[in-house]
Amino acid sequence: MRKDLLGIKDLSSREIEVLLETAERFKEVSEREIKKVPTLRGKTIINLFYEPSTRTRTSFEIAAKRMSADTINISASSSSVVKGETLLDTARNLEAMNPDAVVIRHPFPGAPHMIAKEIKASVINGGDGAHEHPSQALSDLLTVKEKKGRIEGLLIVIAGDIAHSRVARSNILAFKKMGAVVRVVGPPTLIPYGIEDMGVEVSYDLGEAIKDADVIMMLRIQLERQKGGFFPSLREYSALYGLNLEKLKSARRDVVILHPGPINRGIEIAPEVADGPYSLILNQVTNGLAVRMAIFYHLLGGKE
Amino acid sequence: MARARIIMDGRDIERTLTRLSHEILERNKGAEDLVLLGIATRGRFLAMRIRDKIKEIEGIEVPFGVIDPTLYRDDIGRTTTQPPLKEMEIPLPIDDKKVILVDDVLYTGRTVRAAMDALMDFGRPKLIQLAVLIDRGHRELPIRPDFVGKNIPTSLSEEVRVHLKECDGVDEVVLKERDEG
Repeated sequence: MRKDLLGIKDLSSREIEVLLETAERFKEVSEREIKKVPTLRGKTIINLFYEPSTRTRTSFEIAAKRMSADTINISASSSSVVKGETLLDTARNLEAMNPDAVVIRHPFPGAPHMIAKEIKASVINGGDGAHEHPSQALSDLLTVKEKKGRIEGLLIVIAGDIAHSRVARSNILAFKKMGAVVRVVGPPTLIPYGIEDMGVEVSYDLGEAIKDADVIMMLRIQLERQKGGFFPSLREYSALYGLNLEKLKSARRDVVILHPGPINRGIEIAPEVADGPYSLILNQVTNGLAVRMAIFYHLLGGKE
Repeated sequence: MARARIIMDGRDIERTLTRLSHEILERNKGAEDLVLLGIATRGRFLAMRIRDKIKEIEGIEVPFGVIDPTLYRDDIGRTTTQPPLKEMEIPLPIDDKKVILVDDVLYTGRTVRAAMDALMDFGRPKLIQLAVLIDRGHRELPIRPDFVGKNIPTSLSEEVRVHLKECDGVDEVVLKERDEG
């Protein structure tokens, strides 16, 4: 395959299909009593995280371990970053220890791309600013495909803070590549200008937007990125754009609900919805692990 | 143009599988504790046919599953693209069972080695036996089959293809020159 996985943008629909098919098979490994295969024995994978993360980092780590690779976790707060080392210097020093893959999460868009050019190891984008989060989008594709049996022709509604969301961006690209129709909905201040150029429909009314949706993907209000006053108050946001049982009444009976986590209970999604029968939030986590195993399998396997 | 020769037809394959089923039962003194595991892809269908024959002979339905050795292969990471994963379906705990691995062609023995390693991750069978439709020689590992349908001496420039109705539409075994490149 390729050396790096930097974004959905670079992948062909065939490559996405291969990754999803592989991930479906890998789910079986995690259901065994001995959850380990020797496939990546002797490989070293570094998780380099410059932003907090529970799900993604743990998921990449467990994925690597179930395939017998050795993993090392580095988080910015406990590394030489606090001493002033540049990202590139950190990457070059890690490279000198000869890892086979580096998973990087960084607040700046394009950080993984820069590293990928500089080091021989495979680079996997674990989320770069508001740019891309490819492994999350692949998990979401797998979750929808599993439940609906297909992606093509479905209507996917992505709701909430589109402007700050790498999950939204990667998912728009991913679902469109696989033939779905994508609609984004949120307050005008959180919908980027010109997003129609990505080939999506735009709506500002959540209740209207979800009426004919096959999939509703709620996004987290990123409290840590909300200093610009994009909406008057969380309470108002929740009233207009939070998904609760009342709003859900207008949706189709076979709709499914996704959320990349972590959820803000009672803000963008009501607890009854997050824990309800339409929710696939925990399936996304299970599938995320299988998808990351598939990513490692294809990236670390091929030899020139 | 590669020369191809049919060395077994559908009736040959049926007769051979009938004999293999009897041999498996004879060697194991019945069908008790047996588990048939086909090596994906074609071993699966051969294992299913042997299961059906054992049921006809003995009246017992032997548990059956599929094992995919891909993640245990010794050439993983040595090829330009990774091989696709196949199905894996172990229907029951295999501890203390007599596991019969079933495959279409035995060649280097590397697939069987990988399948046995995969199997060990699922438990500790009482014993493992190997049943193959074709043994074409050229072993690279100390592995031998317990039940052989047909021994076919081959040269390294030849290949043996087993076609089965379930996935190829026809039952036959073909010997042909390896395609160049």
